[in-house]
Amino acid sequence: MNKEGKHVVVHAETQLAVRVFRALAVLVCAGVVGYFVYSSTVQEDSRFPFKFGLDLAGGSHLVYQADVTNVAPAEVPDAMAVLRDVIERRTNVFGVSEPIVQVEKGSFVAGERVERLVVELPGVTDINEAIRQIGATPSLEFKLVVDTTAETPALELGAEAPVPEIEYIYTGLTGRYLKRAALEFGNTQQGQMSNEPIVQITFNDEGATLFESITRDNVGKQLAIFLDGTPVSSPVIREAITGGVAVISGNFTPEEGKQLVRNLNFGALPVPIELMSTQTIGASLGEEALRKGVLAGVYGFLALALFMILWYRLPGVIAVVALVIYVIIMLALFKLMPVVLTAAGIAGFILSVGLAVDANILIAERIKEELAAGKTTEEAISEGFARAWLAIRDANTAHIIASVILFWFGTALIKGFALVFALGVIISMLSAITISRTLLLAIRVRADKPWGRFLLRSGWKF
Amino acid sequence: MHYKKYFFILPAFLVVLSLGALFGWGLKPGIELAGGSLLQVSYPEGRPTAEAIHGKVDGLALGEVHVQSAEEREFILRQRDLTPEEKEQLMSALGTLGTVKEVQFNSIGPSIGQELYRKALVAIVLVTLSIILFIAFVFRHVSKPVASWKYGLVAIVTLMHDIILPAGLFAYLGYAQGAEVNALFIVALLTILGISINDTIVVFDRIRENLKINENKNIKELFSEVVGRSVTQTITRSINTSFTVIIVLLALFYFGPDSTQDFSLTLIVGMIAGTYSSIFLAAPLLVYLEDWQKKDV
Repeated sequence: MNKEGKHVVVHAETQLAVRVFRALAVLVCAGVVGYFVYSSTVQEDSRFPFKFGLDLAGGSHLVYQADVTNVAPAEVPDAMAVLRDVIERRTNVFGVSEPIVQVEKGSFVAGERVERLVVELPGVTDINEAIRQIGATPSLEFKLVVDTTAETPALELGAEAPVPEIEYIYTGLTGRYLKRAALEFGNTQQGQMSNEPIVQITFNDEGATLFESITRDNVGKQLAIFLDGTPVSSPVIREAITGGVAVISGNFTPEEGKQLVRNLNFGALPVPIELMSTQTIGASLGEEALRKGVLAGVYGFLALALFMILWYRLPGVIAVVALVIYVIIMLALFKLMPVVLTAAGIAGFILSVGLAVDANILIAERIKEELAAGKTTEEAISEGFARAWLAIRDANTAHIIASVILFWFGTALIKGFALVFALGVIISMLSAITISRTLLLAIRVRADKPWGRFLLRSGWKF
Repeated sequence: MHYKKYFFILPAFLVVLSLGALFGWGLKPGIELAGGSLLQVSYPEGRPTAEAIHGKVDGLALGEVHVQSAEEREFILRQRDLTPEEKEQLMSALGTLGTVKEVQFNSIGPSIGQELYRKALVAIVLVTLSIILFIAFVFRHVSKPVASWKYGLVAIVTLMHDIILPAGLFAYLGYAQGAEVNALFIVALLTILGISINDTIVVFDRIRENLKINENKNIKELFSEVVGRSVTQTITRSINTSFTVIIVLLALFYFGPDSTQDFSLTLIVGMIAGTYSSIFLAAPLLVYLEDWQKKDV
């Protein structure tokens, strides 16, 4: 070879060395990430465990609907936020680790606006106590009694006296403005001597102002105090009350009084709530679902790897290696982001593994075609990648469109699936284009030798 | 490969069959869509008979209770949605027949179910529309001999076929085995829409490429022949990409958790339908459209 020939050979050799180096670098990085995933899974108290949803870890999912008919539309978000805080305080009492209390976006059902609160209690198996406690938080309202001047009809002998209907006007003063409740013994506001337990309510500043204006404007009228929708007491307003302190006396026993004070202090609900749906999953069911899911994933992966290697041979082996790296990256992302895994999420992950390999198949088929058209190995590989990219991009875009809409559509369970799926699509695209390419380019296989031809083609002739 | 109209027969037949099942039997909505409650209990020390359960439960004013045995020692009870107190009542009634453990309990109020159902329909329409737009956009430069929006049209028909078939299967399963559809079923349908469009794109993509090559090299070739050639070139790839997804779905179906069984079955049927529909439905439809166009001219 002359001088130029020698340079060409040297150049090609350095190029190959660079490629092999890059390929090795990719493998080493993958190894490091893989080790991270492994060690943080096996270690008991690692900082990055997998996070599992209720259907895998066991627990309860409650959906409450809040009745906001008496709240001005502009104040609804505020009221919901207070409701959320109150309920969360309550759940913290159960000693549940990581409870989740969230306001669900308001939506329209049959023309009415509905506001929902979602409470997730992982690991709580005695849901009944939890529901009782949450539901037991009393709602406190103050309403003005309206003077009814309706005539009572003359009584017939023997007939029951009709109970006069009392009308109430909503004043806007509710438990939202409550600062503190305390149990006292002694005089009621009317000054009667008794040692009955009474509950003294202190309002916050806003509430105090509101209370003052209500009492000032309505001297002589009755202000009924409603606890959980039933009136417990209707004292007559004697004068404007400043200082924001009110007293509830309603023939409580000391026990009832204490309970009431405790409930009020844990937060009176700003709006009444109703339990709309309950989902509880026992921990054993969750564990089984997890075990089966992982098993399915492993078997699925093995079957896939077997097919790829047997059918596509060399590109197939590269595909399997890229797939392993893909799985490692996804698992690491699950831990770091973190992504809460549900049964549907695991299904989505397994599905994405099946799809991730598609890009590799497209590339392998293209390479085959380029080789058939007479190109050298290297050219075939580069051309194969370039040509296949369009099809890969289009296919994956369609997947992402579906994921976005699924995300909008779904409950938390479905969002889990959509997120894992979308993530899988993006990562698999990247892994096919960068990792597969790097690995494939580092292999030096001559297509004109029969062994090379076998390795780079696919399929079997019988 | 030449295209004859009889390629349509298989897809058309299956669609008619599925539509018949859907209109005749309908899909059985689970509690997530219709509201209601499901209580799964296990009797670790031995399970009483279903009649015994009915004996205890029917008198509780809970409406109709459907009792189904599951696994070895478990029962699944389905009834209308229950308040926590009613559920306690039910549990204690069940407890009189032996030590009973609660495995799972779901109670969904009807309004939540309705909302989910409504959202499901909207989601299906949205996904279909956006995919059609996407295809029309991607293939916008291919106007000869078939306009690009017609590719979108063919894609719609193919997609509808791909979800009608699994739906028909579940209508039949609902009738024969009481199989119910819930939120995950809708998710499966939407996923089918997103994935099976793959094969269709692969074929369309190849048709586009071949058309361009013909244009550049000034080769005159019948559209039906271009389509035929494109299909032959891509058939292996189509089948293999679907095959890999079906392999993992089969693993999920056989080894995976119970909650995703129906989900994986729906997807498997959808994927198979999607693969052959791009060969036996999408491609022939394009040829047919082009033929039909020529007759108008």
